Formats: sequence, structure tokens, C-alpha cells
Amino acid sequence: MSRDVGYNADHGLRWTECLPWIAAVAVFFVLPDYLSLGARVLTYILFALSLDLILGYAGIITLGHAAFFGFGAYVTGIMAAKMGITDPIIQLFVSGVAAGLLGLITGAVILRTHGLTQLMLTLAIAALCLEIANKATLLTGGADGLSGVVIAPILGQFKFDLYGKTAYLWCLTMVFGGWWLIRRLIYSPFGVALTGIRENSTRMHAIGAPVYWRLVVVYTISAAIAGVAGALLTQTNQFVGLNVLGFEPSGELLVMLILGGVGRLYGAFVGPLVFLIAQDYLAKQFPEYWYFGIGLMLVIVVLFARGGILGIIDRLVDRFKAKKA
Amino acid sequence: MSAVLETRQLCKSFGALTVAEKIDFRLEAGARHALIGPNGAGKTTFVNMLTGRLAPTSGQIFLAGQDVTRLPQSGRVKQGLGRTFQINTLFRNMSVMDNVALGVAERHGVAGSMWRPAAAHRAVRDEALALLDTLGIADDAGKRVIDLPYGKQRLVEIAIALGLQPKVLLLDEPAAGVPSMESERILQALDTMPKDIAILIIEHDMDLVFRFAKRITVLVQGEVLCEGTPDEIAADKRVHQVYLGEQNDD
Repeated sequence: MSRDVGYNADHGLRWTECLPWIAAVAVFFVLPDYLSLGARVLTYILFALSLDLILGYAGIITLGHAAFFGFGAYVTGIMAAKMGITDPIIQLFVSGVAAGLLGLITGAVILRTHGLTQLMLTLAIAALCLEIANKATLLTGGADGLSGVVIAPILGQFKFDLYGKTAYLWCLTMVFGGWWLIRRLIYSPFGVALTGIRENSTRMHAIGAPVYWRLVVVYTISAAIAGVAGALLTQTNQFVGLNVLGFEPSGELLVMLILGGVGRLYGAFVGPLVFLIAQDYLAKQFPEYWYFGIGLMLVIVVLFARGGILGIIDRLVDRFKAKKA
Repeated sequence: MSAVLETRQLCKSFGALTVAEKIDFRLEAGARHALIGPNGAGKTTFVNMLTGRLAPTSGQIFLAGQDVTRLPQSGRVKQGLGRTFQINTLFRNMSVMDNVALGVAERHGVAGSMWRPAAAHRAVRDEALALLDTLGIADDAGKRVIDLPYGKQRLVEIAIALGLQPKVLLLDEPAAGVPSMESERILQALDTMPKDIAILIIEHDMDLVFRFAKRITVLVQGEVLCEGTPDEIAADKRVHQVYLGEQNDD
């Protein structure tokens, strides 16, 4: 399941790649009580996909990706609660463009730096966004959060219902769109060039590649997708709070992706699923210590399974095949 | 003949340490030129200034008659300057094919294209494969670089540079680290290079230098000591002194 990209790669769809979608549709019919958790998982899958694009493929390490997620969430929230723009499609679009712009501007600065400096700058930008949202109470509601978010029916037809059916399918549609887009990107020459930058940027410079601009472009795309994911969160919760911004959600996202497996596209599916279900379960069972369980999982994965949960599955499959042969 | 690459009064110093002192250098079209000199003579610094990795303190660099002193690396590559690295600088976890195709795609102007899958860009693949074939490593196209023996990795270095179809090719110690049996293979690869490419080779292996180069420049402590045909250089007393002097130190 670990996927090769490149000029020799087979970009055809494999049967294993249909599994997430079959599972997602099955959940809709089989587990109707879990659709709001499902929508939350799907939102974070889209968010994790956007991180995998820059971290797993382009090799940009960031502790501030929630800046774009939170920005998208607030843009939709402010449109819905303060400006009376309630159409969900317009909200997603504007949030995506706005977060993309923020990605372009901040990316243009931070991508000139490397290593620890870059990491600190991503953190600083996320912290700045958090502080702005905290202080701009007129727009954001500050620490109280932004309530009164009104979302009109999708295409004037599908109302966001109490059971989360519409929200679930809406999120699923967006995840599918995001997955399809990112999958195209990583198999394209642009995607191979990103992998090249991650592998050896010195050589990329020496073959005449505009390394900086490639990174700025992918950072912008990733930020836009993260913004759409944030907008989805606002739409399904009909509320925005400060917890979508800052270091904590950025770090959590990183944990999710590492759990699932970085740079494998489907790690972004597995990670949030496992993380959020574990969080949901552990928070009910051990309300005070639930983070301990998450921490333990992460320690085990990092120590024994580089490549995350998908990495473990890969190795099991390889062993199974080796036995057969 | 006209110079495809020329430097005028090129200087570089790091604080009080001068590593390049008024280097005037000309590389003619189709040249087979070697740059030699004892350790620390500033050969790699000179190459890094030519490619744009290092900015010179003063002086000018001309590529095909154009002043490229202020041009970044990628701009110089587009003007026809290719290089290999003394220490392998490859995409180690990518296939040999991708290593070469990445550069070819940059030259074709499709490397930033986001829609069609890379594998569907047949022109890029075919050209990369043809190049690997001329270097005799087409069979390894699907292997990861990291799985190749060192000698073949050196050939991939050369293949990447050739994929840029440079007018000027800078080879920074192409046989460095290669066992002498295999350096023959590197030399063969160099012999198959198109005649119109001007090649500047920086090399320690004197056998290779004297077999390959038609002209030699000797660099000592950041300055050009002398320049001439291999015979002239071999007969030059100053060159002997530099190299013998160095040997006595050892």
C-alpha cells in the first residue's frame, strides 16, 4: 500500500483505494447514531490530507497548520453569523480562497527559511492568528466563541438536520473532492518535483527547478484545502471557538498524520479515524486520563512502527506475501 | 573560437581568507578542459561560483556572452550550465528514471504541470530512458538510487546533468570514490558525450585528466598558476614544484 509516485509509477486506481469510500458509505447506513462523529472524522481527514501534501510530499514541517483551518472556520462563521451569507457553497469557496491567500502570504515569508527557523515561524503565525481571534471579539466572539451561525440548505434543497445526515454526506463529498485533487497532484510532474525537493533540494536547484516557487504554490494549495476543512467544521458544528486555532490543533493534526502514516495519502484517512474514535471512547471511559491513551499510542507507533499504522499493515502484507511465495 | 564560459577577475574571500584571487578563465565551445590543483586550491569554490551556489566577492561571469554574475542557479541552468557534484547529490529514495526525468521535465517546461500523471508524459520518459541507455544503465531505470553500487550512482550524477542538455558541463571529480576498475567506465561515459558540449572537469586522478583533457588549468591557492595543453603542463616546472612540494609535506 505504500505508494510510489514518479515517472515509472502506475497511477491507476487500485482496489484497496476504494475501501475508504465503501466503508464511508457503509457507515452512513449501518451506524446512523455516529454520523456527527463521522462528519468530524471526515473533516479532520480533509485537514490531514492537506498536511500530508506539504509534509509528506514536499517535506515542509509545520506546527502551525491550524492557522489555515481556523481561519477558514472563522471566515465561514463570520459570514454566517455577522454578514448573513448563509449559502454553504459560497462559504466553503470564500473560506478556501481566504485561507489560500493567507497561505500564499505567510508561505512567501516562511519558505525562504529552513529547518528550525521555519518550524518556529509556522508556530508563530499560528499563535498570531489565535491572538487576533482572541482579541477581535466584535467579529469572533473572542473566548466565548462565535454562535448564531446559520447555514442555509445546500443548493436550497438539503437542510443540515439534527442527525447529521446532510453534514456527513456533505463532508464526504468534500473529502472525496480533496482526495481526488491531491491524488492527481502527487502523481503529476509537479508532485514528483515536490518529492524531489523533499529528497534533495540542492540537486533540485542544480537542475534548474524554481524550488521556492514550487513550495509557495503547494503551500497555498494546502492552506486552501485546510481552510475548506475548517469551514466544514463550522458548518457541521454551527459554532466556532478558539480551539480551532493555535498550537494545540496543529500538534494534534500532526499526531493524527504520524499515527496514520506520513507521505502515503491514506495515512491521512487512518490517522484521524483512529485518533478521534480513540479520543471519543477514552474520554467517555477515562474522562481525566484520556490523553494518556493517545500519548501511549503515539509512543508505540513512533518507537516501533515508523510509517504509522499503514506502515504496520504494509509489513504484515509483505510478510504474508513472502510466506505464500 | 568563442568562449561559452568566461570569468573576469573573479574573487572570493571569506573574511580574511581569500579562496579565489582574480581568476581569468575561458572555456571554449566544445572544449575538454581540466581544472587541477592541490587540496584547498579553491577548485570547488570556483565551481560553486560558476553555478551560482556562491556569490563572488567581485568579478564577473559570462555564459555564452551574457553576464550571469547575478543570475540564480536555476537561471544559469536554463542558459545551458549543467553540473555534477563531487559527493553524490541524488534523489536517493527515488528511481534512477525519476532522477533523470526530473531534470528532463524541467527542461521541457512540464515539471510544474499539475494535471496529467507524470507517467503519461512520454516524451520525458523516453528521453530519460534513451539517456540512461547511452550510459549503459537503462536496465537499472526502475531501481532506487540507494540500491545501486557507488560507481553506477556516479553515472546517474552524469546522466542527470546530461538530461539538462547543457552547453557547458562542469564535472566535479566524476570519479571520486570510485574504485579504479570502475573509473574506466566513467571515462568511457565521458568519451560518449556530445562533441559540442564544453566540458570542464575537476579531478584528482591525473591519469583521467591527461587522457581526457585537451587543455589544463592549474589552480594554486585561489590563483591561476598556468594554463596549457597536457604536454605543456606536464613539462611545467612550477606545476611539478606544487605537486612535489605537496607530496613532501605528506
